[in-house]
Amino acid sequence: MRPAADEVIRLEDVKRYYVVGDEVVKALDGVSFSIKTGSYWSIMGTSGSGKSTMLNILGCLDRPSSGTYWLNGSNVAEMDDNALSDHRLSNLGFVFQSFHLIPQLTVWENIEVPMLYRGLPLSERKEKAEMLAEKVGIEHRLRHLPSELSGGQRQRVAVARALANDPAVLLADEPTGNLDSATSVQIMELFQELSEQGKTIILVTHEPDIAAYAKSSIVLKDGTIQSVTEGSK
Amino acid sequence: MKQLFYLWPFVKLGLTDVWRHKTRSFLTMLGVVFGVGSVIAMLAVGEGASQQALESIKRLGSTNIMVLSVKPTGEESVSTGSQRGRLAVYGLLYEDEERIRQTVPGVVMTVPARMTRRMARLGERQLELRVVETVPGWFEVVQRPLMAGRVLSQDDLKDRANVCVLTEHGVRRLLAAKGMIGQRIRIASGVFEVVGIVKNEDGGTVRAPDSEADVYIPLTTGTRLFGEANIRYSSGGMEGEKVELSQIIVKMRDISVVEAGSKAIDAVLERFHKKADYKIDVPLTLLREAERTKRTYNIVLGTIAGISLLVGGIGIMNIMLASVTERTKEIGIRRAIGARRSRIVVQFLINTCVLSIGGGIVGLLLGIGIPFLITIFTDMPTVVQPYSLLLAFGISVAIGILFGLYPAMRAASLDPIEALRRA
Repeated sequence: MRPAADEVIRLEDVKRYYVVGDEVVKALDGVSFSIKTGSYWSIMGTSGSGKSTMLNILGCLDRPSSGTYWLNGSNVAEMDDNALSDHRLSNLGFVFQSFHLIPQLTVWENIEVPMLYRGLPLSERKEKAEMLAEKVGIEHRLRHLPSELSGGQRQRVAVARALANDPAVLLADEPTGNLDSATSVQIMELFQELSEQGKTIILVTHEPDIAAYAKSSIVLKDGTIQSVTEGSK
Repeated sequence: MKQLFYLWPFVKLGLTDVWRHKTRSFLTMLGVVFGVGSVIAMLAVGEGASQQALESIKRLGSTNIMVLSVKPTGEESVSTGSQRGRLAVYGLLYEDEERIRQTVPGVVMTVPARMTRRMARLGERQLELRVVETVPGWFEVVQRPLMAGRVLSQDDLKDRANVCVLTEHGVRRLLAAKGMIGQRIRIASGVFEVVGIVKNEDGGTVRAPDSEADVYIPLTTGTRLFGEANIRYSSGGMEGEKVELSQIIVKMRDISVVEAGSKAIDAVLERFHKKADYKIDVPLTLLREAERTKRTYNIVLGTIAGISLLVGGIGIMNIMLASVTERTKEIGIRRAIGARRSRIVVQFLINTCVLSIGGGIVGLLLGIGIPFLITIFTDMPTVVQPYSLLLAFGISVAIGILFGLYPAMRAASLDPIEALRRA
């Protein structure tokens, strides 16, 4: 069934099996849900619940063994590597636990990477990068290397980079996992702001405090959905 | 143009990467440096040598065929009346010249010459000269710039005049600073008036017929004064040889008939010469031979340079493989952000090319410097041709792509999930 117009993500009976030796590990065993444009979700679960697999599939880094995954109107479950890359580039923005900035690039060069792959001209990249840096509050550090920044600042850069191509979905994987609590709050406030501006955000975490920032939540257990709580938008 | 915009940040990235690992990059580049350097130096030396050979052959005249008298080997010389003396009779005859001119198609002119070594004297100064008894046509087929006076004329030949033309070397050593044109010098038993001076052949790889201190006199005068036998007296008696003509230069209509002409000459001479007392030199053949030699030389040196380039390329590949391992995380990040595999390949290829082109540029400088030093220290001419600059660039890019492809493919084939997890 094609997703409704306001559904940016729709999963139908998504399964992901791994074969380890003679054993079949069912990392995801029939998961279905949909996410509306502009909503703010958390995906919770203990380790081994299928959370990471879920993240990889949502992030187009992995394909489901069966089932369909509609992202922004197209079924990505059967796409080839290049098409998946293109989807990651234009429809998804990643924020990782350990920031994953490219160490030899300066802040502004890190932010421009996704735009570079889209082939935007320098002037446009520069303008957008400055705008984004201002948005996340890192505009005074554009010429610095990631190693010269604090954890919170690095994560801000990562958020700016994730937003560079105006993705349909912002995918955050334990974004505060490497930050102290004060900085964590700041980053979560940043997400809050983005959500208020209409960005669709999916927050993958195992910390209930962090998950509480999201309006809706999915709890995974042993590869299946344990509970879905959909809050009002 | 848009593609260039896209590529530039990666070139910059490659450059910073090279700069960050200066020592490593430098050592990696060395193979390419020596490879490219030796290719360029080799081409320059080869080109210099072949141009030199070509030039001297051209000055011999590529439409000329040289027929030379040679002493037959392994055969007793013909005994003459004298019991103690031996007179070797061999070589080319006036008749041969006549026959060649009459029967060989495409002949424009034949120039007979007889060469002997005789002492020349001017006052107390004394010098052994090569005396070339010839006809005015000589100066047409063996072209040399005239420095002063005139060359031999038909009248000189007809009158059996006692005139001579000296080469520059002969002039310097015999006349020194004394009056030149009009000066009378003694050659063996005759007195000759110097009527002209011609420039010498520059030293080359192919011996020109006038490479030394020469004096040219009319053939008829030579015959009148010295005869046709060249006799040396020694304590044991007399030894001599009789050679009518030392050489005949045959000028052909054009290059296309030269080789056929030389065969025809050989056929004509073979009929009348039972002994192998002549030899045919074709400058054109020498030219071809020089080119063949150059080719062999280039193949040998090219192989050595090729091995050096191969080693250099493998060195680069090795370093790039290490770099892929080092940069696994970066590759994972880029892939997660949305870089296609091909973009990762391009990024690593550019990185390798920055290394190989960097090595190529240093190698180019080396390749220009080495021939320069060779010329300074050995006097060997070298010519660095402009196309070798392009060649150096081409080789460098080829090495970069060839040896960068495997590491780049390895980088691109990394699974982004794995790559990020490993970091």
